[in-house]
Amino acid sequence: MRTAYRTGDARVLRDVAAIGAAMLAVGASFGAVAVAAGLPAWATLAMSVLVYAGGAQFMAVGLIAAGSPLAAVLAGLLLNARHLPFGLALGGAMGSRRRQRLLGSHLMTDEATAFALARPAGPGRRRAFWLAGVLLFLAWNAGTGLGVLAGGAVGDPAALGLDAAFPAGLAALLLPSLRDRETRGVALAGAGLAVLATPLLPAGLPVLLALAALVLPLLSRRRSTGGPGDPGAAPDDPGGGGSADGDGAGRVVRAGEVPC
Amino acid sequence: MLIAVILALAAGTYGFRVAGVLLRDRLDLPEWSRHLLPVGAAALLAALAATATLTEAGGFAGYARPAGVLVGLLLAWRRAPFVLIVVAAAGTTALLRLLGVA
Repeated sequence: MRTAYRTGDARVLRDVAAIGAAMLAVGASFGAVAVAAGLPAWATLAMSVLVYAGGAQFMAVGLIAAGSPLAAVLAGLLLNARHLPFGLALGGAMGSRRRQRLLGSHLMTDEATAFALARPAGPGRRRAFWLAGVLLFLAWNAGTGLGVLAGGAVGDPAALGLDAAFPAGLAALLLPSLRDRETRGVALAGAGLAVLATPLLPAGLPVLLALAALVLPLLSRRRSTGGPGDPGAAPDDPGGGGSADGDGAGRVVRAGEVPC
Repeated sequence: MLIAVILALAAGTYGFRVAGVLLRDRLDLPEWSRHLLPVGAAALLAALAATATLTEAGGFAGYARPAGVLVGLLLAWRRAPFVLIVVAAAGTTALLRLLGVA
């Protein structure tokens, strides 16, 4: 059992290292871009430590350089609103202590969330979250530091194809959970909605719009249970042992299952 | 001014992050809706992956990037190691750009 845990952890560590290497390079590019845009070194470093959200940081630097600081804050926050539902889904994955949750929240990124949710709920998921959270935080900030120091000497991450590495990594982490029919339907519909909405809405909203696809399971549930008045539609008995509850709990586990 | 922008962005971002984590315990969700939380997270991650693959600044991202992601997806489908998936996706895109594909 212990060895199984350890090999699982070793695999997560290796996988996180691959994304960490890409984050180091993109962090360096952020450092170089921010300094080139006229941000002082301290502000660039502080942003990576305190905000720690790549997309919002690049966007904010551009808007600050363009002279619209208020837009930088609002656009950055819109882009980061997705972290709220991520936190709801992660729940206890950071640990049960309040201190763990307060610190873990700051380390929450798309990638750390994906690494954690790719493992079944329990100690394995918790270790995956912290491994990814801590290592990716260190990689992003070390990268930012390197970029501030190296400036223009930092190459273009697009030449290395790193813009393909992140979505490929996310998709690979997501793939096993898509074997669940309901998850697959919602995820594909949500992704389609987001892509279609991208030319029309400000950055951040299209991704949030993907949550609208959650009406699909709600509608099919309503159809199968015969309406909102049906007691089967709201099984909130405190014991939690009803057959409908058992079904719901089973799906939680399946949604985060790993293949091997 | 600059420090106010950074602090506001940092506080707001942390607020979103911590709100979801702390709300999870306070929110008394019925069991049937609780299982939708990971499904919703999967939809958000899929949307992030799809928009990051296909779009750049509201427009089409060009062919090199989706081609790289597609190679990564095929490898993931065949259960290739994660490191290989990531490296192959980046390598394909980098190679296509080297060859002049946008």
